[in-house]
Amino acid sequence: MADTSYTLQARGICKYFGEHTALQDIDFALRPGEVHALLGENGAGKSTLIKILTGAYHPDAGEVLLEDRPVSFRDPLHAQAHGIGTVYQEVNLLPNRSVAENLFLGRQPTRFGMVDKRRIEREATELLARYGLDDIDPRAELGAYSVAVQQIVAIARAVELSGKVLILDEPTASLDRNEVEKLFEVIADLKARGLAIVFITHFLDQVFAIADRVTILRNGRLIGTEPLTEMSRTDVVRMMLGKDISFSGGTSAVGEREVGELLVSFRGTGRTGSLQPFSLDIHKGEVIGVAGLLGSGRTEMARIMFGIDPADSGEIRLNGTPVSIQSASDAIAHGFGFCPEDRKADGIIGDLSVRENIVIALQGKLGWFRALNRDDQLEIAGRFAEMLDIRAASPDMPIKLLSGGNQQKVILARWLATDPGFLILDEPTRGIDVGAHAEIVRTINRLRDDGMALVVISSELDEVVAYSSRIVVMRDRELVAELRGENINPSVIVQAIANQSDEAIAS
Amino acid sequence: MSILARLALAASIATALSTPLLAAEMTVGFSQIGSESGWRAAETSVTKQQAEERGIDLKFADAQQKQENQIKAIRGFIAQGVDAILVAPVVATGWDDVLTEAKEADIPVVLLDRGVDASEDLYLASVASDQVKEGRVAGQWLVDTVGDKECKVVELQGTVGSTPAINRKKGFEEAIAGHANITIARSQTGDFTRSKGKEVMEGFIKAENGGKDICAMYAHNDDMAVGAIQAMKDAGLKPGSDIYVVSIDAVPDIFAAMVAGEANATVELTPNMAGPAFDVLAAYLKDGTKPEKFIITESKLYTPADNPQGEYDTRKGLGY
Amino acid sequence: MRRHPLMRILNAQTVALAGVLLLNWFLFPGFFDIAWQDGRFFGSLIDVLNRGAPVAILAVGMTVVIATKGVDLSVGAVMAVAGAVAATMVVDGYSAFTAIVVALAVGTLCGVWNGLLVALLDIQPIIATLVLMVAGRGLAQLITEGSIVTFSDPHLIFMGTGSFLGFPMAAVIALVLMIAVTLAVRRTAIGLFIEAVGINRSAATFAGIRSRMLLISVYALSGFCAAVAGIIVAADIRGADANNSGLWLELDAILAVVIGGTSLLGGRFSIPMAVIGAIIIQAMNTGILVSGFPPEFNLIVKAGVIILILVLQSPIAQQLLIFSRRNAGKRSTP
Repeated sequence: MADTSYTLQARGICKYFGEHTALQDIDFALRPGEVHALLGENGAGKSTLIKILTGAYHPDAGEVLLEDRPVSFRDPLHAQAHGIGTVYQEVNLLPNRSVAENLFLGRQPTRFGMVDKRRIEREATELLARYGLDDIDPRAELGAYSVAVQQIVAIARAVELSGKVLILDEPTASLDRNEVEKLFEVIADLKARGLAIVFITHFLDQVFAIADRVTILRNGRLIGTEPLTEMSRTDVVRMMLGKDISFSGGTSAVGEREVGELLVSFRGTGRTGSLQPFSLDIHKGEVIGVAGLLGSGRTEMARIMFGIDPADSGEIRLNGTPVSIQSASDAIAHGFGFCPEDRKADGIIGDLSVRENIVIALQGKLGWFRALNRDDQLEIAGRFAEMLDIRAASPDMPIKLLSGGNQQKVILARWLATDPGFLILDEPTRGIDVGAHAEIVRTINRLRDDGMALVVISSELDEVVAYSSRIVVMRDRELVAELRGENINPSVIVQAIANQSDEAIAS
Repeated sequence: MSILARLALAASIATALSTPLLAAEMTVGFSQIGSESGWRAAETSVTKQQAEERGIDLKFADAQQKQENQIKAIRGFIAQGVDAILVAPVVATGWDDVLTEAKEADIPVVLLDRGVDASEDLYLASVASDQVKEGRVAGQWLVDTVGDKECKVVELQGTVGSTPAINRKKGFEEAIAGHANITIARSQTGDFTRSKGKEVMEGFIKAENGGKDICAMYAHNDDMAVGAIQAMKDAGLKPGSDIYVVSIDAVPDIFAAMVAGEANATVELTPNMAGPAFDVLAAYLKDGTKPEKFIITESKLYTPADNPQGEYDTRKGLGY
Repeated sequence: MRRHPLMRILNAQTVALAGVLLLNWFLFPGFFDIAWQDGRFFGSLIDVLNRGAPVAILAVGMTVVIATKGVDLSVGAVMAVAGAVAATMVVDGYSAFTAIVVALAVGTLCGVWNGLLVALLDIQPIIATLVLMVAGRGLAQLITEGSIVTFSDPHLIFMGTGSFLGFPMAAVIALVLMIAVTLAVRRTAIGLFIEAVGINRSAATFAGIRSRMLLISVYALSGFCAAVAGIIVAADIRGADANNSGLWLELDAILAVVIGGTSLLGGRFSIPMAVIGAIIIQAMNTGILVSGFPPEFNLIVKAGVIILILVLQSPIAQQLLIFSRRNAGKRSTP
């Protein structure tokens, strides 16, 4: 505590969920009067850390200190009472009550045992004025105002209730540019008043616009805490995607190889409100790596390619013939396959057996009436279980009992069983054990060498560089660069993602 | 003016005078519960018939089983300035306000078929049947028919806990009370429906030695009796002779069964509640005659001797 | 590892059914007596099958709907509609065959309507089918003009009161429907798809299953089954009773499915077990009738038995059951 005293401090925090390590030895410190950005990809551990700071979770190791005194919060209300307020992306207020009532909910000033409505309204007016919301009628229903106003009301409420630490969890996700500016004015004002503010977002621009320091997490580990004045966007992206990336070497050997004939081509394919039109040719025996940060449009691209969210512009050609892909079943009929990013929500069918999970897409392709009998199913399941080294006690056990890595291999097996010509993998190696990870990377290489066309979305740059024939970079819901040959290297990718030194990316 | 024209004028005046002037100007609002049963539909059509016969202008409102609709309808009638209001109340409570409004507007209200929990000053009269009496009439018929013979009765009750089920059971038990030869062997609910009546009767037949031990079947309504008759036939029994069939309501289908010799007696729950209501209203509006507060309709017994075919034909047209 | 056949039929449902039947026998010693009379079997056990048939038929359709994580509250009302259509048509002089075909088509259309609301408009099934639950009965009342439409067409009546090889027609129809639907979903991939959609509709869609078509089909099947049940109930009393036909039977059907071990959360389902569930419910009803309990106890007795069955099905009881099976299995292996 030599130079600075910290408002809130976390030391050596560890959190485990079963065998999964959510946080490993995290240090995090918050100064009064600073805006501290917390960054990381999905699953990096941001929300787990926030939940520990606000008492929603209890750490398995480490300690939390508030103004240098160790604290252990029972729950978020307890933390709030001690000065730590949180505002979430979804406003947790009552839209059908008045603004004033929302501001004072749970701590209404009373007069002779009755809620003193007039006093609430008077104080609310004063309070709103301090947040630049002079034109808001405290008696009006909260729901009548824009999300931005509601967001600021939520912040005002949190600050009034807590007053030391304010945690903003993706507050800008549903705001437009003007609204974001208004919100930033409020944040700047609070910062001047000495509050310590944690700011979570995946918009890099906003981080550089408002934050003083940044802490970056990856895979539950602390990558570093740095003052933003000493950081470039490229530095930040590099830290988020992998600090081990060497800027010199790492160029892919795959990129130099011959590819097969053209299989699928997307021409001006896009979807309003989701992704700008993009064009991409994919050949047999080729892996297209897709790089980009969370929210850059990489998953949206995969969903459009597979017909989950059908394209509303451009055309898709398969072997030179235009095809219409309006649904997943259309895509599958054309020999496409797709391992989605969210394995639990969109991938596994939990109560069904491993066998059924493997054959379901093939059966979907065959239709209602050409049913695979049990023996066929067992044969197919057995073949792929062996090929991908799926470790299940029995093919009849429910898939939900398998480990994440084995589940992912089952989903991969599901698609291989349909004998696809074109396979899309969205984060196939996230959150799985080392063995399964290696198996999946091996499989990607083998499939490419066998002549399959693949699109692989991954945040693991080393990995993408290793197996990709070409790499496309996504930023702000747009395909912004296509890298070939010697440009397939982590430093170029990071620069492309960070939108720096555009000339370096020219291919 | 020619003689002819004068004559025509006189004739037209005479015609105008000869029609009951009072009734011709009488407008009555009728708030009906809905059309949940055949009997209810018959009540509606009989009410319309009765109004037409008397030259009453009837304003009809169907409440679709909702009290709020009835209250709305009554307020509408008051606003229109009708001469009188008939209400078949869907529930017993919650009528004080709207009945007070009618009273203040000086519009007499007559309740049909069901009572309300409100001060008796708030309505002119109530026309309803006596459900206990219905049960008693049915029971008396059985007592008179079996004489001194041993008679095991099976009873198909209405919906458990409903007022007609309780009262019709009570009346029947009162009638057979002094006759030790008549006993109720089994009693179950058939929910007033044909389907359940049949199912329950099937069970009774199995439980009572294939039905051979059953002397009579008493059902709280005709619909259950019709279902029970089918169960008896399916079991190879002859309803009407092997087992006496007595029930309540007098709907057309029980007369059809009587024609076929499969039912022995039914007690009428008349759908004509409006007739007596119009009578007391006419008297009241004419010279302020205060009627009896609770008017009980007749509970008439019908047997195959009462021209069942004719009854069937007249009733069929009433919307049962 | 296949279990001993005797062990395989030992589950909560069969145990419960045996228990209820034994209890009936205890309360009414003639419960298992079956006589041959007028070319048909006659006895309480036959009544259970005959009276249980409508709910069993509803349960066939309800099982697949519930397996997709849905529910169909409209089946009771659709019964009334189908019965009303069939009755008014034969009264108007159409042949029984035409009347039955049209009534089945109308019931199926009601199901398709539900399916469209659920699959295309994404309305929660409980709300979507509530619409027809309320409106359907009104529609039936419109068709019958509020009265019981009685008919005497012998072919239509045969559907409800006839017999086949001595067994009541209604029970035979229920059995045929159960076997046909079970084969139709289990010998094709439909059953697998239904389970997949019920467990995780999103993942099923990603795997290329056209979940909308599937949902519309299962609701259509449920509507069809309701129409069959409605025709049987109308034929049984030779009249279409729009006010009472199928009233509250949707709840009995849902209960039958739940007793049959299909979770209301969707997924794994068994049609035969749901049919056994319907028979358990009817065995209770018939037991109450022949035992001579006062009617005030009907609901309490039913509730007690149902709680017992659900406890038997609870995970803890299942664990115990599996444990005893394993032990039995160990002993039987040489």
